[in-house]
Order: sequence, then C-alpha cells, then structure tokens
Amino acid sequence: MKPEELLYAPTHEWVFLADGPDGKIATLGVSAFAVEQLSDLVFIDFPEVGQTLEAGASFGEIESVKSVSDLYTPVAGEVLEVNSGLADALDTINDDPHGAGWLIKIKVSDDAGLANLLDFAAYQKQCQEAQ
Amino acid sequence: MSTPLLQTPLHAWHAANGGRMVDFSGWSMPVQYHSIVEEHQATRTRAGLFDVSHMGRLRFSGAGAGAFLDRLVTRRVDNLAVGKIRYALIVNESGGVLDDVLVYRLADPTGTPYFAMVVNAGNRQKITAWIDSQLSGFDAAYVDETPTTAMLAVQGPHAIEMVDPLLAAPLAKLGYYTGIWTEILGAPCVLSRTGYTGEDGCEITVAAEMAENVWTEILKRGASLGAKAAGLGARDTLRLEAAMPLYGHELTEQIDPYQAGLGFAVNLTGREFVGREALQALKNRADAPRRVGLEMLGRRIPREHFPVQADGAVVGEITSGTFSPTLQKPIAMAYLPPALAHEGAEVEVQIRNRLEPARVVKLPFYSRS
Repeated sequence: MKPEELLYAPTHEWVFLADGPDGKIATLGVSAFAVEQLSDLVFIDFPEVGQTLEAGASFGEIESVKSVSDLYTPVAGEVLEVNSGLADALDTINDDPHGAGWLIKIKVSDDAGLANLLDFAAYQKQCQEAQ
Repeated sequence: MSTPLLQTPLHAWHAANGGRMVDFSGWSMPVQYHSIVEEHQATRTRAGLFDVSHMGRLRFSGAGAGAFLDRLVTRRVDNLAVGKIRYALIVNESGGVLDDVLVYRLADPTGTPYFAMVVNAGNRQKITAWIDSQLSGFDAAYVDETPTTAMLAVQGPHAIEMVDPLLAAPLAKLGYYTGIWTEILGAPCVLSRTGYTGEDGCEITVAAEMAENVWTEILKRGASLGAKAAGLGARDTLRLEAAMPLYGHELTEQIDPYQAGLGFAVNLTGREFVGREALQALKNRADAPRRVGLEMLGRRIPREHFPVQADGAVVGEITSGTFSPTLQKPIAMAYLPPALAHEGAEVEVQIRNRLEPARVVKLPFYSRS
C-alpha cells in the first residue's frame, strides 16, 4: 500500500479502508515513522481473532529495546485476521511497515473515529514537528 | 521552570549525524544514531565509540588529597601507584551508596603526581557538595573539569588497534585499570584502559576544543574495521549484559555495597572512612535482599520498577531490564530475598497486566573470553 493512500492516527497507527463482502474492512498497521523511532523491535502482542474492539481501544502492544507502546484502533469492530507470522519475523515490520508488516484486519461496525485521522500530508507535518 | 540541558563538546556532531538526543541526567545525549542493537553488536564484535563527556571529572590537588580521598571512599587509595586506577564507592554515614566512582593516580605532563576522580553524571552536584562538606581539615582542593574537557570511550575487540596509531605512547602496553598522560593526534590527553561495556578498550579525556577532531579521526580510522559511533542505549545494553551496576538503578542511598555484590570494593580494615562503622555492621546481615540476574522465558522486557513475584507475593522489583542482543532474550537485574537469590530460582515478573516467568541466573550475563 502506498503511504499516501493511508489514514494516520496521531498515535502512529495507519488505517486502510476497503469494501468487503458485507461491510467495510479496515487494515491497521504502524507507520514507517513510528517503526523508525522504535527501531529495534523485540515483541508484538496481537488480539484474538473474533474479539470485538471499541474505537480507541488498545488492540495490542509493540515493544522495542528502548520502550513499549500500546496499539490503538480508531475504528470499532470485530477482529477478522491478525498477521501472527510477524511475531517471529519482526524485521518485516521494519522492512515493509505499510505492506507485509500490516498488523490486523477489522470488520468495521463503527467508523466514526476515522474523522479524527490525518491524511498523509497532515501526518507528515505532525512527524516533522515531533522531531 | 525547566533548566536548559547541558551539552557536551560533541553535541553538534551528534545532532548533525543522526543522534537522537534525549535528556540524560540533565545532559542532552545521543541515545542512539540508528539502531541500538547494531551499535551494541558493533561494540561486541568490532568497536564502538561513545561520548561519555557527561561523566563528572574532578581533579584534586594539595598534599592531603590522598588522605582526604582515603576518608571519602570505601577502598584505600592514598597508596595507589602513579598510573593506577581503582573502582570504589562513596557511602554516607549509614553505609548507603552515594555514588560509584573511579579514583585515578596520575602524573601530569610535567611529572607531578595528582589524584583524579570520575563520578556519575547524575551525581556530580551531589558529590561535589558532599566533598565540600568533608574537606575541612584536609590540605586538599579540587577542580571540576567536566565543563572544560571531553571524555570518549572506545570499546570493543578492535578498540586498541584503532586508537594506538593516533597516540604518542602505545596503548597496547597499558594494563587494565591503568592510565597515563599522553598525546592523541598531538593533543594532550589522559588515556586509561577502562570502560563500561564488558569489552577491552580505553577512555580518552581531552580538552573540550580538541574533542571533535579526536572523535572524527577515531571514527575515520575505525571505519575499515567496522567501528560505529554508539549511543547511551547501547552503553546501557552492554553494561547490563556485563552486569555492571548503574547508579539510580542497582545503586541508591538505600542500598549498601554488600547487597549490590560490591563487597570487593569495600576495604574495612586499617583506616577510618565515612560510613565504615555502618558497613562493618551491614557486612554480615543475612536477611538483606541481594542483587541478582534474571532471564525471561518469554519475549517481553521487564523494566525498572516492575514487581517480581514468587508464590503469589511480591518479593522485589526490577532495577534495570532490556533485551540482550547477545543472548537474544530479555534480561534484567533485581533485588531479591536471600532465599531466592540463587541460580535456578523461579520467579515471575509483573509486566503490565501479566505475570511472565523468569529464572535467576549467574551474573554476568556476558563476559568476554
């Protein structure tokens, strides 16, 4: 996925929204900027498939040598799929954070939280200001 | 109101070369340039170059300086031969650790012997105030040379061959824990075979204005050997693998040297020093929690202050934890009751909302062979 086509949470998760057979499906990941900041990943924790998440809820955590961060979903819904293979291949997140390094897919029940997300340009601006 | 962060003479270089600057004990220091793990591995297998100018550097003068330091620290130092360096502790009247320090006996370029001391960055104000309160009656004085000098650490198996060609005197002949005045690239420096990584290497103290030239030349010479600039992140993972205590974590005023496993750095006999009586009484205390090493069975990292449990009860807490790049698993140090302070003891660490199994292991986690 191209970074320009994603939406970003101020907490550095990205969201890609697509139409599924019965409703919208959101793919979530961590932005390249956040992955670069974390740099030395050592652990990732996923939710269970089938678990229902509320908008703004933590769906897992990502840990680097330096620190640990909660992962938040901006949309509500049911966890359809988790990219569980990443647990033993954390380099994939470093190498391709917006593609093969995706984290979870959610069947969206409420996408109101998308209104709080940033487009690529606005997110880049936030990252530049943070540096 | 926040105080502006102090900057080392290499600050501009760090900022221009990708250093991620963080507040460390009031100093703006690079935690990493790129990857902590890569900087760690470079130091273990080749060489790492660290800016440690934030460490406090005190230079003593006066005929009574040796006698004064002897009263201040937990080991005898007034008999140090010129060129020798000794690790020691400064403790308060109750035996609590105020700082861990290196005491140097050096001869300046004119051949005049003097004492010097390196203290932790975060303790510099506290220790200078402590020294001021103890100096009365001694023919001794000191100058805080921290702002006018820089200190560089070159650590790793290739450290010596990298630095040697730049020196007026061969470093290869300098024994471990010894130091001399010499010249590096024509600049007068104190060179010592010391470090805080568990690797061979040296530390170089030069005038602040010479620091950037020395730093960049060492890096240039080291490039073909795979040397890297390394930040405080790697310094922390390296010292943790080597089980070296860090003040504010394994050492505090509430901890005595014996609990910390630093009994070797205390010599109670033959002289008076601040805290001696208290330490004498603490020495054979059987019930005090002890510093131990922990290896995690899972992947999550136990971090400072996380509770350690055994049989459902909290028995201690983590003082430092990280992911060990050498062992490829999370490791930590903690203080545990004597009954659990033995190899193989099984405990659990409360990592956020979960209990993660851990095992007490022998320290250090890593030692170079």
